[in-house]
Amino acid sequence: MENNVLVEVKNLKKYFPIKSGLLSRTKNYLKAVDGVDLKIYKGETIGIVGESGCGKSTTGRLILKLLEATEGEVYFEGKEITNLDRNELKNMRKDFQMVFQDPYACLNPRLSIKSIIEEPLKTHKYSPAERKKKVEELLDKVGIPKSYLDRYPHEFSGGQRQRIGIARALALNPKFIVADEPVAALDVSIQAQILNLMSDLQEEFNLTYLFIAHDLSVVQYISDRIGVMYLGSMVELSESQELFDYTIHPYTRALLSAIPIPDPEINKRQIDLEGEIPSPINPPKGCRFHTRCPYVEDICKKERPKFREVKKEHYVACHLAEKFIEEQK
Amino acid sequence: MNQNKKAIGKEVSPMKEIVLEVKDLKTHFRTRKGVVKAVDGVSFKVHKGETFALVGESGCGKSVTCMTIMGLIGRKKNEVVSGDILFKERNITNISKEERRKLRGKNMSIIFQDPMTSLNPVYTVGSQIAEMPMIHEGKSQSKAKKIAVDMLGKVGIPSPEKRVNEYPHQFSGGMRQRGVIGMSLACNPELLIADEPTTALDVTIQAQILELLRKLKEDSKSAIIMITHDLGVVAEVSDSVGVMYAGTLVEKASVKDLFKNPMHPYTKGLLKSIPKPGSKERLTIIEGQPPDLHNAPKGCKFYPRCSYAMEKCKEEMPQLIEIEKNHKAACWLNEVKENGK
Repeated sequence: MENNVLVEVKNLKKYFPIKSGLLSRTKNYLKAVDGVDLKIYKGETIGIVGESGCGKSTTGRLILKLLEATEGEVYFEGKEITNLDRNELKNMRKDFQMVFQDPYACLNPRLSIKSIIEEPLKTHKYSPAERKKKVEELLDKVGIPKSYLDRYPHEFSGGQRQRIGIARALALNPKFIVADEPVAALDVSIQAQILNLMSDLQEEFNLTYLFIAHDLSVVQYISDRIGVMYLGSMVELSESQELFDYTIHPYTRALLSAIPIPDPEINKRQIDLEGEIPSPINPPKGCRFHTRCPYVEDICKKERPKFREVKKEHYVACHLAEKFIEEQK
Repeated sequence: MNQNKKAIGKEVSPMKEIVLEVKDLKTHFRTRKGVVKAVDGVSFKVHKGETFALVGESGCGKSVTCMTIMGLIGRKKNEVVSGDILFKERNITNISKEERRKLRGKNMSIIFQDPMTSLNPVYTVGSQIAEMPMIHEGKSQSKAKKIAVDMLGKVGIPSPEKRVNEYPHQFSGGMRQRGVIGMSLACNPELLIADEPTTALDVTIQAQILELLRKLKEDSKSAIIMITHDLGVVAEVSDSVGVMYAGTLVEKASVKDLFKNPMHPYTKGLLKSIPKPGSKERLTIIEGQPPDLHNAPKGCKFYPRCSYAMEKCKEEMPQLIEIEKNHKAACWLNEVKENGK
């Protein structure tokens, strides 16, 4: 298993400084990502879920080095990428790409889709003939007619734009793609088209996905493993069916119970969470979740739980994990 | 916490008072490119104590339908509204602006999708809620404020006496939406329209808001029209459902019938294209995309995407007809089935 690791993240942290006052002195830090450890294996889809502001998008951007990490390391195929210089990074970037959430904002409105998809190829010095061939091939792969090559983004619908965004990400034959809420802005019927396209492409090109979303049913559908984030740190990570069948962390349980199920006959038990997510500027001491946790004990308020393997390939950050596992038996 | 859900799912008996009846409603917009038939012949009834969900994808006309019912569309020159809107048996389609204003907020109110833009940032949340009883019921400022505090408490905002004096930016997203709900309920309206009230919110907050709407309906017995694109939300809160596609209703049924026995190919496609919790089966998709409403197809609007399309579908538009008791669909297939029997 170990040599199959494509991306490894160790103790990743990102603190955004909050500046104010006349001299914009740093007054405080917003702890967007606060210690994330993660291994991503070749060919898998790992889903990251969590509510807005939990740091899932920031994590994705840190892994691609679109943001500079405050602390921690990212390894890509065993090579540390946190300290690479510009040129080395440019070369590495061929291997990891991103698909963005908003198909309206991620395409330059003044470029034809040919130029949009071609851009990464130009940067990496492909000849014009190669570029043309590649662009046509890519459009075909994502299901957009070749005749649309010279059209502009505004002539396409949201679903089609997302296909173009995917084509652009695939242009340099990457190994790893971070998809940040790729279907959140799309309608249900279009969403299914994109999800199917993404899993087809994964099979064809042997891609590895980091799939970020807030919609659990979508994540569950596409992912092999799922990580749940809360207030800047990972609270639970396991194989996706395991996560649904043997949920351990109280936050994951509440999150799962909150998804509306499209079946009026199912009478599910809902765990209501009191209150709202605390501010990441002053996160609670001890376990981040203790302010809303129905099972809170004294230790939770004092000590931050370690993210540890409690069952085979099932990681949880909770002091009471053993107790919950016992109850499930 | 959720035991009362089953009881609500019961079919609403036809004896109940009809709060709103919409007959053949059409809202057309005249634009430079031609007429956009955003809503093109929609009819439905909403009873007292019932939650009617309007489902559909973006651009299908569900929001325009409700804006027209509220009288927020139809005053401008390029907006052409026809058909009848009956509110408690009174035709309100063509009443004057002043009479409309008397109804709005008092008898019928609306919750919009984005709680940030539906609150005025320069007034306190409390004063925006208090405005309703002051205008419509002539309450004094102090009495109205008391109502505002009550409302905030009712929608589950902690320490409402303090919060009533705060501004929208001091509230979180979920709390703002609670505030908006409090505002729309301040005069106990008989009809509440909720236009995607939870789309901008996170799942755990969504669950709280849906629970709140469910409880409020129980207490106040008002009728609710719930607009959403999320079939999960429909299954959770509604009693009956109307599915819209390209400006028309294609299917209408009780929530149980719709999910168990969908009759229109579009509804079937929609239900199949959502991932089910715990299943990794490949999603069945509806090919293509909704039509451009500038020049919608002539016959059935869904036929270019429909896998069952026949010759007849291209020519003639199917009407919404009752196929089983309380289950209507607009599709020629069902007619073929009938004849085949």
